[in-house]
Amino acid sequence: MTTRIDKRFAALKAEGRAGLVTFTTAGDPDYDTSLQLLKALPRAGADVIEMGMPFSDPMADGPAIQASSQRALKAGQTMKKTLAMVREFRAGDQDTPLVLMGYYNPIYVYPVDAFIKDCVEAGVDGLIVVDVPPEEDDELCIPALAAGLNFIRLATPTTDAKRLPAVLRNTSGFVYYVSIAGITGTKAPDASEVHAQVARIKGQTDLPVAVGFGVKTPEQARTIADGADGVVVGSALVEIIRDNLDGDGKGAGGTTEKVAGLVERLAAALREPQSAAVK
Amino acid sequence: MANSTESSLNSYRTGPDERGRFGLYGGRFVAETLMPLILELEQAYEDAKADPEFHAELENLLTHYAGRPSPLYFAERLTEHLGGAKIYFKRDELNHTGSHKINNCLGQIQLARRMRKTRIIAETGAGQHGVAVATVAARFGLPCVVYMGCTDIERQAPNVFRMKLLGAEVIPVTAGSGTLKDAMNEALRDWVANVHDTFYIIGTVAGPHPYPAMVRDFQSVIGEEVRTQMEEAEGRLPDTLVACIGGGSNAMGLFHPFLDDKSVAIYGVEAGGLGLGNPEEHCASMNGGKPGVLHGNRTYLLQNDDGQIIEGHSISAGLDYPGVGPEHSWLRDTGRVTYVAVTDKEALAAFQLCTKLEGIIPALEPSHALAHVEKLAPTLPKDNLLVMNMCGRGDKDVFAVAGHLGVEMET
Repeated sequence: MTTRIDKRFAALKAEGRAGLVTFTTAGDPDYDTSLQLLKALPRAGADVIEMGMPFSDPMADGPAIQASSQRALKAGQTMKKTLAMVREFRAGDQDTPLVLMGYYNPIYVYPVDAFIKDCVEAGVDGLIVVDVPPEEDDELCIPALAAGLNFIRLATPTTDAKRLPAVLRNTSGFVYYVSIAGITGTKAPDASEVHAQVARIKGQTDLPVAVGFGVKTPEQARTIADGADGVVVGSALVEIIRDNLDGDGKGAGGTTEKVAGLVERLAAALREPQSAAVK
Repeated sequence: MANSTESSLNSYRTGPDERGRFGLYGGRFVAETLMPLILELEQAYEDAKADPEFHAELENLLTHYAGRPSPLYFAERLTEHLGGAKIYFKRDELNHTGSHKINNCLGQIQLARRMRKTRIIAETGAGQHGVAVATVAARFGLPCVVYMGCTDIERQAPNVFRMKLLGAEVIPVTAGSGTLKDAMNEALRDWVANVHDTFYIIGTVAGPHPYPAMVRDFQSVIGEEVRTQMEEAEGRLPDTLVACIGGGSNAMGLFHPFLDDKSVAIYGVEAGGLGLGNPEEHCASMNGGKPGVLHGNRTYLLQNDDGQIIEGHSISAGLDYPGVGPEHSWLRDTGRVTYVAVTDKEALAAFQLCTKLEGIIPALEPSHALAHVEKLAPTLPKDNLLVMNMCGRGDKDVFAVAGHLGVEMET
């Protein structure tokens, strides 16, 4: 089955460039601002949209995304509202792939079968669930794949050669390479190390590989993109939201424009030809 | 063999399975970065279990460093006062560092050394686990970082200072309500970033497999000693066991060796806080929560309908956790163990009663178990042998209790 994610990465390959994957948290800083931003992302140059499902205890995330989850929950975001947001987005955009990213508990209590069904109906294309490793595949991965969703797995610097096949086995859509051993938005990845690791993964799979955790600037994105099929930027976008709150913690005017501004610069950087320095 | 006729097909002592499950509960719900290390840890623990040298070293430390075995003490005046079951205290508060936590820490630090890890991290609530970790890290000369919620740092100040004296770095966690759950999140974040050299000493029977089974095994020395000591004192098994439950390590340590002895009634006592009416006012995850996934395992959790974890409340920092070890969740569902809840107020009253009648100042955590003993013992016959795990001493709580009783102390 060819999904929106497959089509998008095929198109990017034809264009000869890496795609921009943006991460923002659903409902951050409030439902309306978040939806407006979501709709603006493809226009600003996002190729794939990753939307965080807020969780009270985001153990794999650094301070920026932890705070964005807290803002969303405080503003009343729930899983049902997150799926409603996807439906509203999908009504106006049939092409941009949208991936939900988060933690297992809110899905588990939803519960799993109803969640997958509602995802498919809302127009979600894939899932990234941080705390469900291959060892727990029957929980969520297998039923999600059966329903036609992509299940995108994280590969990390600690995923050694012995373990990589297990990580790749039930992965679809793309592989998310976590560029640092650590939490989101903290350390800066080492470009040459990332290039070697991406090459290693690509030697084992035909799936596209997107790189994230720690990529913040257009320059970094451009450097990391070499040899990869996508670059994920999250904390840097979420920090703009944090810096544009009004006195009540709601989105002040201009949040969407400011986030879209950085997305445009990131997208432009990925459209530049490969730098001589990297070659 | 004696009771082979009455033994059923199932034993309660065989878990977890190879996936780290106790029935529905447990498992390995962690980020990929940690997964290779979790598997490595499981292997290292299996190897250690099969190595007589490991057991010999651990036993030597438990005897000469921690001071085991801890006494089984007949609480004569409390027994008289309550007028029912014959009450014994398992005196784990007399261990080095003042609680049962040292049993597990000595086991895990030995494992860390076998795995050639050079840095120790831990989370702590009441600070009892933090102190025990800082102690073993000092003993073996390893740098140690302890994550502790800022609320807990305030209410457990003496333990914070003890950890610092022992050379540990105590990092305050301001996220959430600044209690044990938040400290555990932060410790997991540290671990993800430092997997290459860091060993995470989890303090309770929770977390991803193999921690729940491993911590249980290290704490089972409590129940095993009780078996021997009760045999010596009374010539038979106890009839009733009572222990408090936060994550549930002291309780699992006492209970596990008795799970297949059907004659033994077992009670776990959760923190009922201000009462079970409002999920934000207690920490009784098995009496007022539902199954979910947090900190690497599936277990009963305090959570709202959307799957967001609720902070909960308890007067006792050590019980202030919205989850519980997965094996307890399984024992609850199977009905082998009865889990009850006791309020802050009842625990505070039991704290004072025990202090006055027995000359033993209990920690606020076992004060919860004591409060249930107060209710239970009078309903039992005088020949019922009841063992309560006195898992920690109350020195750390004296200032906090003074505050609750409206006494101003000069500091």
